[in-house]
Amino acid sequence: MKRLMIAVAALAMLTGSCVSEEPVVRLVAHDFFAVSDEAIAAFEEETGIDVRIVQGGDAGTVVNQAILTQGNPVGDILFGVDNTLLSRALDAEIFERYESFLIPEIPDQFELSPFVTPIDYGDVCINYDKSAFDADLPAPSTLEDLADPRYRGMLVVEDPTISSPGLAFMLATIVRFGETGDYTWLDYWADLRENDVAIAADWGTAYYGRFSGAGDGDRPIVVSYATSPAAEVFGAEPPIPELSTAAMRDGCYRQIEFAGILVNADHPQNARTFIDFMLSLEFQEDVPGQMFVYPVRPDAELPAWFGERPADTPAGLDPTVIEENRERWLGEWSDVVLR
Amino acid sequence: MTRRAAITLAAVPVLFLLAFFVWPVLSILATGLTEEGGAFARVLTDSGLLGVVWFTLWQAVVSTVLTVLLAMPATWVLARFDFPGRSLARAIATVPFVLPTVVVGTAFLALVGPSGLLGVDLHGTVWVILAAHVFFNIAVVVRIVGGVWGHLDPQLEDAARSLGASPWKTFTRVTLPLLRPALAAASSIVFLFTLTSFGTVLILGGPRIATVEVEIYRRTAQLLDLPAAAVLALLQMVGVVAALIAYSRYQERHTVEQTLRPARETARRPQGRERTLVAAILGGTGLLVLGPPGVLVWRSLTASGGLGIQAYQALGSDTLVDVGSAVGNSLGYALGATVIALGVGLPAAVLIAARRGRLSRWFDTLLMLPLGTSAVTVGFGFLIALDAPVDLRASVVIIPIAHALVATPFVVRASVPVLRAVRERLREAAAMLGASPARTFRTVDLPIVSRVATVGAAFAFAVSLGEFGATIFLARPGGPTIPIAIYRFLGRPGVLNFGQAMALSVILMVITATAIMAVERARLPGPGAF
Amino acid sequence: MLELQNISARFGALRVLTDVDLTVGSSEIVAVLGASGSGKTTLLRVVAGLHRPDAGSVRWDGHDLADTPPHRRRFGMVFQDFALFPHLDVGENVAFGLGELDEPGGRVGEELERVGLGGYERRKVNELSGGQAQRVALARALAPRPRLLLLDEPLGSLDRALRRELAGDLRTALRDAGIPAIHVTHDPDEAFAVADRIALLHGGEIIRFGPPERIWHAPGTEAAARLLGLTTIVNVTVGPEGVSLGHGEGRRARAIVREEAVRIAADGGVGGVVEDATFRGPGHMLRVKVSGGDIAVVSHERVEPGQTVGLDIPQEAFTLLDG
Repeated sequence: MKRLMIAVAALAMLTGSCVSEEPVVRLVAHDFFAVSDEAIAAFEEETGIDVRIVQGGDAGTVVNQAILTQGNPVGDILFGVDNTLLSRALDAEIFERYESFLIPEIPDQFELSPFVTPIDYGDVCINYDKSAFDADLPAPSTLEDLADPRYRGMLVVEDPTISSPGLAFMLATIVRFGETGDYTWLDYWADLRENDVAIAADWGTAYYGRFSGAGDGDRPIVVSYATSPAAEVFGAEPPIPELSTAAMRDGCYRQIEFAGILVNADHPQNARTFIDFMLSLEFQEDVPGQMFVYPVRPDAELPAWFGERPADTPAGLDPTVIEENRERWLGEWSDVVLR
Repeated sequence: MTRRAAITLAAVPVLFLLAFFVWPVLSILATGLTEEGGAFARVLTDSGLLGVVWFTLWQAVVSTVLTVLLAMPATWVLARFDFPGRSLARAIATVPFVLPTVVVGTAFLALVGPSGLLGVDLHGTVWVILAAHVFFNIAVVVRIVGGVWGHLDPQLEDAARSLGASPWKTFTRVTLPLLRPALAAASSIVFLFTLTSFGTVLILGGPRIATVEVEIYRRTAQLLDLPAAAVLALLQMVGVVAALIAYSRYQERHTVEQTLRPARETARRPQGRERTLVAAILGGTGLLVLGPPGVLVWRSLTASGGLGIQAYQALGSDTLVDVGSAVGNSLGYALGATVIALGVGLPAAVLIAARRGRLSRWFDTLLMLPLGTSAVTVGFGFLIALDAPVDLRASVVIIPIAHALVATPFVVRASVPVLRAVRERLREAAAMLGASPARTFRTVDLPIVSRVATVGAAFAFAVSLGEFGATIFLARPGGPTIPIAIYRFLGRPGVLNFGQAMALSVILMVITATAIMAVERARLPGPGAF
Repeated sequence: MLELQNISARFGALRVLTDVDLTVGSSEIVAVLGASGSGKTTLLRVVAGLHRPDAGSVRWDGHDLADTPPHRRRFGMVFQDFALFPHLDVGENVAFGLGELDEPGGRVGEELERVGLGGYERRKVNELSGGQAQRVALARALAPRPRLLLLDEPLGSLDRALRRELAGDLRTALRDAGIPAIHVTHDPDEAFAVADRIALLHGGEIIRFGPPERIWHAPGTEAAARLLGLTTIVNVTVGPEGVSLGHGEGRRARAIVREEAVRIAADGGVGGVVEDATFRGPGHMLRVKVSGGDIAVVSHERVEPGQTVGLDIPQEAFTLLDG
């Protein structure tokens, strides 16, 4: 019996990719991944491959779990690794190298590694509820404003140890204020704490739970996305003529989201096909309406209500730098803000 | 019992523990030592982490003290008085203990959370955690201390009174010393449970509060700092083992021989003014015990404005969490875990009950270790250890095995007293009546052991259904259990999501309570733990 | 007929029985009287086959039972704590030893009637009172008609009135069934109520074995006397005129004083001081301190403690003890 098993295994290895897989592809994503049924249906019809999507929490959790289950992955493709988590994932070597034939269509600034494929990007920015501000108290326009006593008790941010936009915002403050000099990023956060900043566990709780512009929360300033104001009015019945919230350009941080094929996946062939699909215009043009972020392909058309792509690119940190220092930064942040 | 029989019985539990407890613990130890100089130095000098350890300790102490103080009146009433509905009251007092931590967390959120019934938001404060701990553990004191109190010879108290002692003096000078071993036992258990509290703290604590358990989880799942998590897990285990040893030393030195009378003889009807006192105590404790679950049920039905079952209906069509598969998974895992826990726990219980002596006691302690080691450490250990030589991490058996590991101590603890009390003498009686060993096994051992097994099975089933700490490490995204599903709902904002969390919690609560009530019926009458 | 020869047994490291010899004839009831911890339960368990002796043999009708396991010996046993099967009702308990008999119903009813519990077949075991449970245990042990019945303090946990009643019933039941028995107890009254012969067990050894009357009249040693409940033992001197109280000139010894033979002397007699007096119908029980010890005597009138009385102690009242 044992010898038979070895023979079968050897045969399988020889034929390798010639052995056909089941017509299934499993995509593991964070909770905010969305794709229209039409796009999926189109893919399934074209390729005959069944798409199964499994969503397991926020980006950090999903990536960590992929790392912890390395060698025995929960799916074929992992979607949701962003540039702040990228180094961690690459160091753990959970991805198989793959370069789609559509990569030349993508601007260089998004290609951070041959092991993952960029799919979309968004800017994490401070959002504010317009109705909370007026001539006497104008809306905040810079990061320093948030530490100003005039805006005391108005800000809610996500916990960077858990939340990806929370982490992005923290990194933005590091980029802006630096670690050395008279006024470091930690001083800034100490001031924010003095100013009664609220900490929420994740984006959903912060945005829908505490932000007055999106739910019945009590805080008019939140860390969210540059596209959130548009998303707020999108699909509203009856249609809302004007945006009720706005994003502050100062202190934004760019998040690029990647998809990667997991090592030891059950259906690597199908995974490659799906990744190609994610870079196709069909999928890319679906992205704004589903996930409220920008597609990486510059030739993908944006819907009218979505607004233009941002002209400037906010300063960011190199993924390797992030990886090397993240633990320490998070620890310092916790000490200053939570304890 | 012959040596050979003893070794055969010990084989399965010992192998199980070696593979699924000792091996993961060793892996944790190795992980903690992998960094340069080991992560020990880093963790032990981190003031934040030391703060977490300190918090864990003092909240456990305070929780224990509060629990004992608040539980004693009800314990006294339930042990010493006879009144209509007494057994129902005792059963109700036990239910909080077996409620899943997720359910308790959700119930308290419904009571004192951001949109809680009482209007005050205690989420993220230490008060709600203490309250939840007291709620959970009252049952422990009622059962363990009440179990002894109900069998104390009332003549001892009468003697004291006749010698001129006031009721209070009688209590402090006679009753309390006699209850001391039981109090120590109950306090130790409450202390251990609150020390290793996970689900409650995770749900109610918010970002600022963490116990060691929660910190282990955060370090693993969020920060991917496995070495630090490993060090914390080891510290936890050392602390728990130290507490267990201290406790058993205390027990050895302070056991007082006393005649225990059958409960029938010691309970009496309350008279005169006692009636109001008894009613007040029962009422107050009842409120404490039934309040949170009651609020949970109520809020689940009023989640979307008026009275209705929308929250329940929404469970069937949620896009992110497949509730149907969560229920199926939970039941399937519970079944598997029960079978494994019985297969491991019953032979162990039979062995412990039949043999006395040091070896038997060591074996007993070994089996109790998973109980004190905490589910989070089990889950964490499985995660890092069980990928070689056989990769079990994706296997469907890993969660039942983890649950069985957590449940086995309960099976053993529930079975040993009953087995010890009756078996050997009955086997001799059967032999004297001419029954061959085979017939004795069939007609005496099997019925009694299966009675005991039913109790153990119900415990294991309930424990598995509500298990959260280990499962959260091991569940794969596509295969949640009910507690995991509840946790996911709680993680999403919005009234409907919270409503669904409450609805699902109520469902889980009902299933668990039913299983435990069934246990009460199947028990053979007599003193025994749990 | 049961024969025990040179039985020695340990319990852990403790030597419990040393060189015990005992015989039980067919339809004979032997009581083994001993204090707690004297080894009487162990003795019973050795006979039953539940405990292996270190030395000696157990024979039934000449056949050595060393290789016969308990369930083949056909010896019935009534345990101290009854050991009724909690998962079976009364009828099922009694029927247990009847094997796979087709119609055990008749026999079960009979046995329950015999112990005065007719109609109790369907009762639950945990609903029985102490006395009822004891009788069920007896019925259960007798139902399969054992060759020998072993009773381990069967009346120990019952109150006095019940004990007396059951002791009598027990003897009758065993006699009627013609079953020999070993009845182990610490209560001398119980032993006398049931036994054809009594064995006194002290320190793991049989110190006296014989018919009740003989043992009663001549216990032999002080230990034996105390086991029998004869606790009035005084120092005496044996002289040419007979036995006198107190240790004086002549052979010194210890003797039992039979309380029923002592009277208050009209005048004269042995002098003593009343230590205390209690009324125990129909007379007053006085404890009188005399030279050599304390003696109890019944008086029609009350005598206050501290007063002196004269006691008339005939020679027959003294029973000399060995050693």
